[in-house]
Amino acid sequence: MTDLGRVLVLAGGLSHERDVSLRSGRRVAEALREVGLDVEQRDADADLLASLRHDVPDVVFPLLHGVSGEDGAIQEVLSLAGLPYVGSAPAACRLAFDKPVAKAIVRRAGIATPPSAVLSQATFRELGAAVLLDALVARLGLPLVVKPSRGGSALGTTVVRSADELPAAMVECFAYGEPALIEQWIDGTEVAVSVLDTGEGPRALPAVEIVPESGTYDYHARYTAGTTEFFVPARLDGEAAAAVAQVAVAAHQTLGLSDLSRTDLIVDRDGVPWLLDINVAPGMTETSLLPQAVQAAGLDLGVLARELLAAAVDRHLRTAG
Amino acid sequence: MSQQPSPNRKTTDAAAATGSRLDSYVDRYATRTHGMTASETRSLFAVASRPEVVSLAGGMPNISGLPLDVVGSLTSELVAKRGMTALQYGSGQGDPRLREQICEVMRPTGINAHPDDVTVTVGSQQALDLLTRIFIDPGDVILAEAPSYVVALGTFRSYQADIVHVEMDDQGLIPDRLREAIAAVRAAGKSTKYLYTIPSYHNPAGVTQPPERRAAVLEICREADVLIVEDDPYGLLGFDGEVPRAIRADDAEQVVYVGSFSKTFAPGFRVGWALAPHAVREKLVLASENSILCPPSFSQLAVSDYLAGHDWMAQVKDFREMYRERRDAMLEALDDLMPAGAHWTRPSGGFYVWLTLPEGIDAKAMLPRAVTNRVAYVPGTAFFADGFGSRSMRLSYCYPTPERIREGVRRLAQVIEQEMELRATFGAWSAAQRPGLDAPAPDQS
Repeated sequence: MTDLGRVLVLAGGLSHERDVSLRSGRRVAEALREVGLDVEQRDADADLLASLRHDVPDVVFPLLHGVSGEDGAIQEVLSLAGLPYVGSAPAACRLAFDKPVAKAIVRRAGIATPPSAVLSQATFRELGAAVLLDALVARLGLPLVVKPSRGGSALGTTVVRSADELPAAMVECFAYGEPALIEQWIDGTEVAVSVLDTGEGPRALPAVEIVPESGTYDYHARYTAGTTEFFVPARLDGEAAAAVAQVAVAAHQTLGLSDLSRTDLIVDRDGVPWLLDINVAPGMTETSLLPQAVQAAGLDLGVLARELLAAAVDRHLRTAG
Repeated sequence: MSQQPSPNRKTTDAAAATGSRLDSYVDRYATRTHGMTASETRSLFAVASRPEVVSLAGGMPNISGLPLDVVGSLTSELVAKRGMTALQYGSGQGDPRLREQICEVMRPTGINAHPDDVTVTVGSQQALDLLTRIFIDPGDVILAEAPSYVVALGTFRSYQADIVHVEMDDQGLIPDRLREAIAAVRAAGKSTKYLYTIPSYHNPAGVTQPPERRAAVLEICREADVLIVEDDPYGLLGFDGEVPRAIRADDAEQVVYVGSFSKTFAPGFRVGWALAPHAVREKLVLASENSILCPPSFSQLAVSDYLAGHDWMAQVKDFREMYRERRDAMLEALDDLMPAGAHWTRPSGGFYVWLTLPEGIDAKAMLPRAVTNRVAYVPGTAFFADGFGSRSMRLSYCYPTPERIREGVRRLAQVIEQEMELRATFGAWSAAQRPGLDAPAPDQS
């Protein structure tokens, strides 16, 4: 085992998911300390670059969620600083973080993803909202899901069950960002599949099935323990379980991701997995999905995080050498 | 985003019938705990703590002017000379000398009180908790202003009170609305246990009841025999000279007065009090002993020494000037920069401006956009127990510098303009889905 030296866990940031990120950071930092590593946790703020220069860590575990954390920005900064870090390269992050782009890429690779449209506020303003909204409902049907193209934790996301709810859902979505992704609703079982690669190639962990008490896995259902029931492994038959694992690994590879990712899917009544989203910095909080899958696989979060750090250092040495 | 599981999903019957909810205590919590959950709004406030964001959200007293050397020497002297008392349990009702001093602190509000009627509490928040505990059975009605102090509403809810809001205008509670609310509660066969009011420099509305309004409120409550809980944390922080006369100054039986050192000295000591009629005070002390045994001796003695050994009124005067400068900066910036259709209160003291947005704009839905633009506020719905207030927000001017306040208002004005454009695109129906757009809000200038 290589000596990993000083580990920097980056958490916080200025995105809407700051709070979630801080909780992810705390959990991972604690798990790493428990396996004996020297860990510092800090925010990504205006002093970050200066501090990286003066007080150089040996390896970084970025746990920033949302804009700047998952869109490739922090990865670009760490690359510029010449530091090894856990997670995907900047270009891969950019593709995965943009939901419509990621959907287009995986669809080309033969992965099913719900039919959707992508529209900016300007388009609605210039072409008339009423006509466009009607066209969306006519094409995608109801219910449908409105969500910001970029962002996580279901922030700004609304399930629209009748056409008259659609304008308010658009307004709520645009408050979080542009453009909006309007997606057909797929009825089925919601699962999340985490993919890990500690050097031997990507492998899927057991799928986590998500059954929110309210019927909607929104922010509240995500971060209030007790409001969502999780089944690990998911209650899928062998064929469907293998299919979701295969899709998650294929998506991870198609997008060129490294180390870890989490793919959110719906398995429809015919057992077909539909990819909704792929995350390059999956949540690590007490109620997050990846840590549940890690536990179900009989792994220890600290040991796993240490392996990811070691793999990041190896990759850095290979590419630098 | 989740999708509901279909009953026809492809599953194995052999798998576990129940999953994990990640909280093994979930079935044991009391009903009152159910509302204590994660929310998007709370998570957005995490960003507001970053220095890049101008936070007009928090109500943190600005204690940068406190003489820390004075506080430092008085606390070390306290430990050196009276450590055995300061570090020991004390009386459940609170330190006798401090209770005498509290009577002096209340004197500018016209209250002439006896120290025996004062119960020292852990901030005025504990006084509200104790009063709710001793008076409220689940389903009992508390009347509160619309809007009202968010953490008081949280306390009332935790005792399963039924909160009925009473409309305000720019002079606070509207007497006719109060009369109607009391009658409506009675007609519904329920009992109004008390009226909770903040007559001076209201949090969050920023309005103050003039003397004739206070007299009318008192008269109505006397007639209907409704107790008044008068919360007065900001009474000494007015900008226009005279301290408003407390309602309690005119009736010692109908009114329980709640006060605090959090704004006039320092919130870190957590020292507040309740001034209540004898019988109520007895219950308060017993309830407090059951809850916390006694208020912290160290904090009480430190506050007491500060009041005795320092010109605390001069310090309050400094605080007033500092807050006045910030209030002026905020009102000037709002006058200069806010788009047409927005209107706001003009506080003569305290920490807060209550701003109502142009028609059709929802402050809660707009908050993520504000945070992206590095400014934060508290959406109006937080100050209502019934989902109203969505068109309004609370802006605090207590903490940032005047320059930062202006910058914050500038950013906020831009955010509102962007949101107005969005609303214009999606039309009136985009707003119709949310309840409470026509919230009863104070009628601003």
